[in-house]
Amino acid sequence: MSRRGDWVYENNGGTCVAIAGADYCVVAADTRLSVGYNILTRDHSKICELADKCVLASSGFQGDIKALHKNLAARELLYQHQHNKRMSCPAMAQLLSNTLYYKRFFPYYAFNVLGGLDSEGKGCVFTYDAVGSYERTGYSTQGTGSSLIMPVLDNQLKSPSPLLLPAKDAVTPLSESEAVDLVKDVFASATERDIYTGDKLEIVVINKAGMKREYIDLRKD
Amino acid sequence: MAACGDGFYGNNTGTREHTLYPYVTGTSVIAMKYKDGVIMACDTGASYGKTLRYKSVERITVVGKHSLIGASGELSDFQEILRCLDELTLIDHMCDDGNSMGPKELHSYLTTLMYNRRNKFDPLWNSVVIGGLKKGSHGDEKFLGMVNMIGTHYEENYIATGFGNHLAMPIFRSEWREDMTFEEGVKLVEKCLLVLLYRDPTSINKFQVAKITSEGAAIYPPYSLKTYWGFSAFKNPTKDSSIEGSMKRLSLSDPAQTFEHFVAVSRNV
Repeated sequence: MSRRGDWVYENNGGTCVAIAGADYCVVAADTRLSVGYNILTRDHSKICELADKCVLASSGFQGDIKALHKNLAARELLYQHQHNKRMSCPAMAQLLSNTLYYKRFFPYYAFNVLGGLDSEGKGCVFTYDAVGSYERTGYSTQGTGSSLIMPVLDNQLKSPSPLLLPAKDAVTPLSESEAVDLVKDVFASATERDIYTGDKLEIVVINKAGMKREYIDLRKD
Repeated sequence: MAACGDGFYGNNTGTREHTLYPYVTGTSVIAMKYKDGVIMACDTGASYGKTLRYKSVERITVVGKHSLIGASGELSDFQEILRCLDELTLIDHMCDDGNSMGPKELHSYLTTLMYNRRNKFDPLWNSVVIGGLKKGSHGDEKFLGMVNMIGTHYEENYIATGFGNHLAMPIFRSEWREDMTFEEGVKLVEKCLLVLLYRDPTSINKFQVAKITSEGAAIYPPYSLKTYWGFSAFKNPTKDSSIEGSMKRLSLSDPAQTFEHFVAVSRNV
């Protein structure tokens, strides 16, 4: 029995990761675009630079993801014109949450991780569900490979436990290069077991000096 | 506005009618970049469910000076897309500012069009392939991209829709190279079209190939490909049952043979 609205969504797959450090943030996503058992293209970016210290990576339905990114980029430009400065990462985090909830009854099928530096220059990562519920954390992953990657990050990042009281800031004590190496490792592992993850890995590192981008090859099968 | 059910022009039902499924459909469109531009090809058939209703349909057209556009899926929706594009090119032309719409802009426009229709639950049931060439900041920039009915869109060096995704893409991935000549490109495209002809049940043996280069677009007249059906087991299936693809000769008027066959089949279950 096919329901009337069955065709409106599709999952184009892929995985996103973000890790916050003391003075840097790493945001990474694979570049594979799939439909069912087909690969449409091996070279499609899931990452959008929203502001100079704020980067969004999303996985899910590509039509909705591109529309969401366009929407947020337009709102950021408006903010620049009105406030004569770029949007901070925490401000963008709230805007993203509101934008997602606005379509609560016909959601953007997008699973987001927002990464960047907050107003004090410390790394911040915000993780979302499809309808806007969000939380600031030290690290997160979303997408088809997220359940493969999250336990490894929990184990390897040496972040303070989220269960501690008083609550401790969950940024990782690892250095920038250690975090980037860990990201490459987890994606290599996720690629082995998740059919929707692979081809190429795009890594964006944000720190005081600016934004750096790197591409690593992943398995193409 | 939707045809008659939205109450907009005084017809007072006010109920929105939505597309549920396509009626007259075209099958795969394939395209690839080559040295001088883009080649696009498809067959000229349109099916009405399982019936091959139309055999001379042009599913690839030129848009403006710089682009080719081809579509698979619902034919009437493709005609609607072309009507929207005509309107757009006319308005652009009336601006008379020397600008012309390139394939990138066309791709962006169609993505918005298809995505917005999907948001209203009234899609244009097509997968559209856009190919073209326009002078940019780095000289002539080739473009090839696809948009599907819910707004998923991407650019690539070679594209195939529908059945082509399953049958033609592996051939492209294995044999496409940067800087193929036109002859090499057409040979590769014909190889894909042949596989589609053999294995896609809704395809027909009448194809159109189109190309676009900096000199302009050319849609070649339809032609057929040579096919091979000379397999001995296909020509005479019961002649020699040891040949791959043969079938055992069975005489239904001889009760002994029928019973023997029945027993053999039930044993295999």
